[in-house]
Amino acid sequence: MRELLELFFIFFRIGGFTFGGGYAMLPAIQMELVEKRKWATNEEIIDYYAIGQCTPGIIAVNTATFIGYKRKGVIGGIVATLGMVAPSLIIITIIASFFKHFKDIEIVQHAFGAIRVVVAALIINTVLKMASQSIKNWVGIILFLLAFVLVAFFQLSPIIPIIGSAIVGIINCRNVDFKEKER
Amino acid sequence: MIYFKLFLVFFRIGLFAVGGGLATLPFLQEIVHKYGWITTEELMDMIAISESTPGPIGINTATFVGNKTAGLLGGTVATLGIVTPSIVIIVIIAHYFSKFSERPIVKSAFSGIRPAVSGLIGAAGFEVAKIALLSIDSYKINKNIKDLLNFKEIIFFIIIFYLIRRLNKHPISYILVAAVVGILFKF
Repeated sequence: MRELLELFFIFFRIGGFTFGGGYAMLPAIQMELVEKRKWATNEEIIDYYAIGQCTPGIIAVNTATFIGYKRKGVIGGIVATLGMVAPSLIIITIIASFFKHFKDIEIVQHAFGAIRVVVAALIINTVLKMASQSIKNWVGIILFLLAFVLVAFFQLSPIIPIIGSAIVGIINCRNVDFKEKER
Repeated sequence: MIYFKLFLVFFRIGLFAVGGGLATLPFLQEIVHKYGWITTEELMDMIAISESTPGPIGINTATFVGNKTAGLLGGTVATLGIVTPSIVIIVIIAHYFSKFSERPIVKSAFSGIRPAVSGLIGAAGFEVAKIALLSIDSYKINKNIKDLLNFKEIIFFIIIFYLIRRLNKHPISYILVAAVVGILFKF
């Protein structure tokens, strides 16, 4: 029960302070689950993201369900997801009922101008951490750069790099195994 | 019954929108045309607010549309609808993933996927940085490099990036600092 409550509030915090969707919550997830609690490794978090990206649904919710399930089974998955979703429900309900022109409030615009800068810096910092752990050889460097360029400059759907890199990963490891057996 | 209908419509969005928050957009436009619960202008405003308030964009928009259509309960029902397919699908995958994750073929697939996902996240960071640090619209009008760069934002970016690398504090603390800095220096 205590761990379920903890799960709920971890994801409540992540949901409540994440601006800009799935990828923006990665730095907070990494801090809460990998660095503070050691419930998951960086590599596991990336795996969940990859799966969350190519399965239906919102990435943030998929990742929350995955982590919750791994920790405490089906109930854990549900509790983590509800925690993730609860701040949205509260905040949006308040905004929808009281502020008709929330976005036009001057002070809100100023705050968000600077928050966007921080979100960019946080995501780039997380990418550097994850890339340094997940890239193990030159094939990894190529896959990293290719995925980045295709999605950033050619607006390719993220599903294609994920499926493509899975195939490359399988072929590449087969070759390595084969060479080792030859020896 | 409107609540049941809201649940089903958002359940369908949760089931078919692959790839995160903005992937739900085409489905939301369908709601505008098919059900008339909201107008196109309202939808645009909702997306703008959803992007600038905490929480996943897809969830925020679902809550918003549900709330507009049928009040507090409507918002809750729409959100539960969009979330339910994820819970079911991910629980099934997670169940088998822990069984198969040690298989060589799965391991080697993920050895390729991990660098690619890092690249994908890099692309998302690039996109956010572009919006936060550059004024592409005013550059297109004037063709003046000075208009392209938001100097205040770029200086703040360099300082905050240095602090993030140096201090390794919780992301929330930087966001709170940013809100104060943004208001004080009129970002």
